[in-house]
Amino acid sequence: MSIAPTTPKRASKRVLPGFNLTLGYTLLYLSLIVLIPLSALVLKTFTLTWEQFWAAVASPRVVAAYQLTFGASLIAALVNVVFGLLVAWVLVRYPFPGKKVVDAMVDLPFALPTAVAGIALTALLADNGWIGSLLAPYGIQLAFNRNGIVIALIFISLPFVVRTVQPVLEDMEKELEEAATCLGASRWQTFRHVIFPTIAPALLTGFAMAFARAVGEYGSVIFIAGNMPMVSEITPLIIIGKLEQYDYAGATAVATVMLLISFVLLMLINALQAWQRRRSGAQS
Amino acid sequence: MHLKQKTKLALAVIALAASNFVAAQTTLLNVSYDVSREFYKDINAAFIANYKKTTGKDIKIDQSHAGSSAQARAVNDGLDADVVTMNTTTDVDFLAGNGVVAKDWTKKFPSNAAPTSSTMLFLVRNGNPKGIKDWDDLIKPGVQVVVVNPKTGGNGRMAYLAAWGSVRAKGGTDAQAAEFVAKLYKNVPVLAKGGRDATTIFLQRNIGDALITFESEVVSVDNEFGAGKVDAIHPSSSIVAENPVAVVERTVAKKGTADQARAYLNFLYTDEAQEIAAKHAIRPSNPAILKKYASTFKPIKLFTAADYFGSFSEAQKVHFNDGGQFDKLYTVK
Repeated sequence: MSIAPTTPKRASKRVLPGFNLTLGYTLLYLSLIVLIPLSALVLKTFTLTWEQFWAAVASPRVVAAYQLTFGASLIAALVNVVFGLLVAWVLVRYPFPGKKVVDAMVDLPFALPTAVAGIALTALLADNGWIGSLLAPYGIQLAFNRNGIVIALIFISLPFVVRTVQPVLEDMEKELEEAATCLGASRWQTFRHVIFPTIAPALLTGFAMAFARAVGEYGSVIFIAGNMPMVSEITPLIIIGKLEQYDYAGATAVATVMLLISFVLLMLINALQAWQRRRSGAQS
Repeated sequence: MHLKQKTKLALAVIALAASNFVAAQTTLLNVSYDVSREFYKDINAAFIANYKKTTGKDIKIDQSHAGSSAQARAVNDGLDADVVTMNTTTDVDFLAGNGVVAKDWTKKFPSNAAPTSSTMLFLVRNGNPKGIKDWDDLIKPGVQVVVVNPKTGGNGRMAYLAAWGSVRAKGGTDAQAAEFVAKLYKNVPVLAKGGRDATTIFLQRNIGDALITFESEVVSVDNEFGAGKVDAIHPSSSIVAENPVAVVERTVAKKGTADQARAYLNFLYTDEAQEIAAKHAIRPSNPAILKKYASTFKPIKLFTAADYFGSFSEAQKVHFNDGGQFDKLYTVK
């Protein structure tokens, strides 16, 4: 059994004055910026009958696109959990010349127009690009297929993992690790039992944000994907394709499905995080 | 003293406002498709000079370019274009259906309101190493063809219809045409998103042996990548792609620019404008000028969408809408 936190209950003295006012403002702002635009999207799909809706969102091409979008985003987010953690670790723990520059570089995918990322990656990875031309003789093709999509998604979602893990690593008390070493723990045991539980919630948050960002990505992917139906078409491209046919309702139907899946996934990850926090809170 | 300063200030403000008023000239917005950017740059310069000469007034033309149907959607959703100049009639029909342009827009200007047209042909690499001469060469094994995805670009829809129609033009049936098109798309390594995207993939990424695109893209490629990198191949038959124009009634009623908008579109039919079109490898509707540039516009058997598909909107329904012919050809592996 863990010991319940024993913070003494204070009289409801809040830092911000006028709680009702600020809550009201928050709800209004969220409604205007997020809720109303999204409900407009859902309303537009209501112009379809149930059969039309189903035909629009469940055709083989569209289902293949969902699988690709969520699958590639999952792979990209997982890759970034490992390598983003590594980048954050190096940036926090080791001094080296040019560290400030490297640190700033992590944010580049944030700020860069995604189309620029797409063009740059394609130029690099196409069969006549710097990297692509080295791999082409071995039959490895990175651009214009699913590999290209995953690479583009890894690129644009990297900062999310690094930037959520970095501050937690910085705040970690060195004494804990020293104590672990004094008690005879190996490096691996220290990582597993001391470091990892501390950064796990941040890592999970970073993963969720990277995943969400990748699911919504359009600009960089269309340049590198090859955009073949059933093979390398991401869902946002399906939406654009439907708009090109002036099929507004069909496009919003697919968009609504995306919205729903993303929302459910984010809720799941939130719940997972809450569980993780409770667990690690109980341990310390 | 104080009063004098105030008067001075007031006068200055009035003068500024007045000068602003005088300088306020009419501005037209031409909303057009992606690859017509360079063409309309030249047209606008010529029209502004012409307008000044004939009316003594200054006029300014703003340009907006993107994918043809994306542009049509923007205008439909409220972009204040005075005129639209598109590359498929479907896009203007869509605007007419929503009451943004006149219902009978095809009758408002000569030759079905299409001052220019284009057709689809092939670009191959310099010297034509794979010996591509006609449609049949595109389905040979080992030939890679770059085209635009018909789902995302008008250029791609034209290429598809041109390929389909080429079989019909030889007396083939629709079933044979379907078989041919299916074979053709098996040779496609990358489906580009739009016309320019396809050109980039073909020339900058060096993918594919042939690119199916608009005739006018030849000039753009020569300008952008240097002459002699590609050869234009005129197949035995191809499709006519009219470039329709229309006045956006909703905007001109609001802005009071109906006369200027009409003058601008009428200018496209003048010899001067038709010559400019020919120089951009866009086919002029004036037969005399078309003939004058016969070296650019090599003889080719042209068919219209009406010949084999009823109309473009009919073709859209049968071939490109979800579950249509294109989906069937592509989903069956």
